[in-house]
Amino acid sequence: MVAPTIERDVSAIVQAAIEKHGAQRDALIPILSEVNRALGYIPAEAFQEIRKQLQASPEQINVSKGQLFGLASFYDMLSTKPRGRHVIKFCENAPCHVVGGKAVWDSLRDTLNLKNGETTPDKKWTLVTTSCLGLCSVGPVVLIDDDLYGNVSPEQIDDILARYE
Amino acid sequence: MQTKRAMILVSNDPESVRLGTNDLIQHLTEALTAYDLQDEVEISTLAGIGKSNILPLVVVYPEATIYGPVKPEDARYLVEEHLYKGRIATDLVSPPKQLSGNIGWLRAHKGYNPAEQRIVLERAGRIDPENIEEFIAENGYQALGKALSEMTPEQVIETIEKSGLQGRGGAGFPTGRKWKFVRMAKGEKKYIICNADESEPGTFKDRIVLEGDPHTILEAMAIAGYALGADEGYIYIRGEYGLAYRRLQHAIEQAEEYGFLGNNIFETGFNFHIHLHTGAGAYVCGEETALIESIEGKRGEPRARPPYPVTHGLWNKPTLVNNVETLANIPAIIRNGAEWYRSFGTPSSPGTKVYTIMGNVNFTGVIEVPMGITLREVINIYAKGMKPGSMLRLAQTGGSSGSIIPASLQDTPMDFESFRKAGVSLGSGALLICDQNTCIVDLVKVLLQFFRFESCGKCTPCRVGTQRAYEIVDRISQGQGKLEDLDVLASLAQEMERAANCGLGQTAGVPIRDMLKHFRTEVEAHIRLGACPTGVCAMTPEVEYV
Repeated sequence: MVAPTIERDVSAIVQAAIEKHGAQRDALIPILSEVNRALGYIPAEAFQEIRKQLQASPEQINVSKGQLFGLASFYDMLSTKPRGRHVIKFCENAPCHVVGGKAVWDSLRDTLNLKNGETTPDKKWTLVTTSCLGLCSVGPVVLIDDDLYGNVSPEQIDDILARYE
Repeated sequence: MQTKRAMILVSNDPESVRLGTNDLIQHLTEALTAYDLQDEVEISTLAGIGKSNILPLVVVYPEATIYGPVKPEDARYLVEEHLYKGRIATDLVSPPKQLSGNIGWLRAHKGYNPAEQRIVLERAGRIDPENIEEFIAENGYQALGKALSEMTPEQVIETIEKSGLQGRGGAGFPTGRKWKFVRMAKGEKKYIICNADESEPGTFKDRIVLEGDPHTILEAMAIAGYALGADEGYIYIRGEYGLAYRRLQHAIEQAEEYGFLGNNIFETGFNFHIHLHTGAGAYVCGEETALIESIEGKRGEPRARPPYPVTHGLWNKPTLVNNVETLANIPAIIRNGAEWYRSFGTPSSPGTKVYTIMGNVNFTGVIEVPMGITLREVINIYAKGMKPGSMLRLAQTGGSSGSIIPASLQDTPMDFESFRKAGVSLGSGALLICDQNTCIVDLVKVLLQFFRFESCGKCTPCRVGTQRAYEIVDRISQGQGKLEDLDVLASLAQEMERAANCGLGQTAGVPIRDMLKHFRTEVEAHIRLGACPTGVCAMTPEVEYV
């Protein structure tokens, strides 16, 4: 009985996203972002659902599932795979690197026992690197969900992670 | 306790008293009463400011504006302008160079450096960005009014052209010329796009403008729309800038409500609408044709050029794409004229530049200074020197696609022309200052990791070149390098520069080129001696950032 619920959810989420951003080609990325935000990732059935609903719209927009998948795989903030409840993004660019970023990254990897892109078995954490977040004056920078941490040192990692359920 | 909204400090050292401080305080108090402000503004005194030729001195908080010398008969004017109308009483402001070292700290408290010149960041941090009335009180939408009611579109473009403003996104293309191209392009429908996809590592100047003064961008875009004959604009903002997005959204709503955007603006028959569009995480979308593709709902892969966006841009219509910082200069230029703008900076690079300072220095953050100051000045004055124990080894200017310059080049004036002559890129204005603990091989490896990750994959030179270059530098950092590798790297860099489709690929080789040009000995030490002179590289095969 689980599958139908998810399907209904996806259908409702897609419908709300299309209503908010309009059935237009230039709304494709905002629609995908909306689905990603609601579900944490974009499941395969969402591509089908977006395609179906856009075609049925008065504007009759024709997009293929491949096109939609192409968008989701291109943009870094969109994920096609399920992620943990909390996503940790670590800035790997030069400004954070020269002020001690590598030690913070090592500490994150060791504490969570994860490699880049992996999710813990209990589905709590996903660890990924990201490009510059534009907070370079307070590097090294770690972004957990929507919470930003600046001037992070390896010693603070335990404390920071303990804040999340 | 009642909260006061402002505080006036009047100097009362013996010299000020001799020059009439007591009278001044009396007049200020009367003026406050006359404007019914006595409950909102507090008057206090300020002692021991040292010798100065601008006494008596008046400092008004929260803006920390310094006025001086102020005579008793100026009191009413000062109160009326600054505290009643809420704008700086410009003709009483003490000129910066007359400030002695002793009172320089007053401005420093507000986060301003004494010698800063703020045009782009004029209001950021001083006004409530969510209140359009504070923006209006600080000359907001005045330039739009002036352009629409007193100037023809041609005059607007001519003013921008005469000002000598160059694009602040990195390439430095003359803004006025770009505007002219779009104006001359055939077609009824044209678009104005603000490129707010600030993703160059180390750059966050645009975020400061968008978060601190969003209306200035809307005003500039409307002026551009009027000058170029466009009635629609897009702001393409990167997905990571949530706060900036919300503030822009709010600003657009307010501007529409007040009639600065929408139909029949200032009852002149001019219409202009702005849409906000967010990216979803892709560095390459800062490239203007990739940005346009992304707005159209496609993968952000740069187009082949020509044709350029000025004739074939969004939905194939003539399109102006300007960076946030470029646009933020526009209203001030329209208000004050091209001559005024040219009084800042150097003759070939007029105006100011916003720099973001980071790395091993005491102050990291954002500054706005006239074009043409040197890196040494930035480090010693604005960055308050290197961190204790740190010595300047190298600096990276302009983000990942910028240049790596050795300490020996720190006296080159930072303007477009001098930098071009020295073979250095000013880029986006990011200044990453690195000390003796930075290994060039390690740094270049991090930069190449960025490029191989962000390469969109459309063209082969960049897709394959960035990957191979990363692998080679990674090998060198693990002690597995060969001397022939350096030739391969040099040719990869050159091929990418020649053959890549867009700016990302064309500049991906710059770090390699600069590494081989300025730091060859250090790289060779990794290969010949199997050791990292700085002790940063592990020199053993290991997994990093994967």
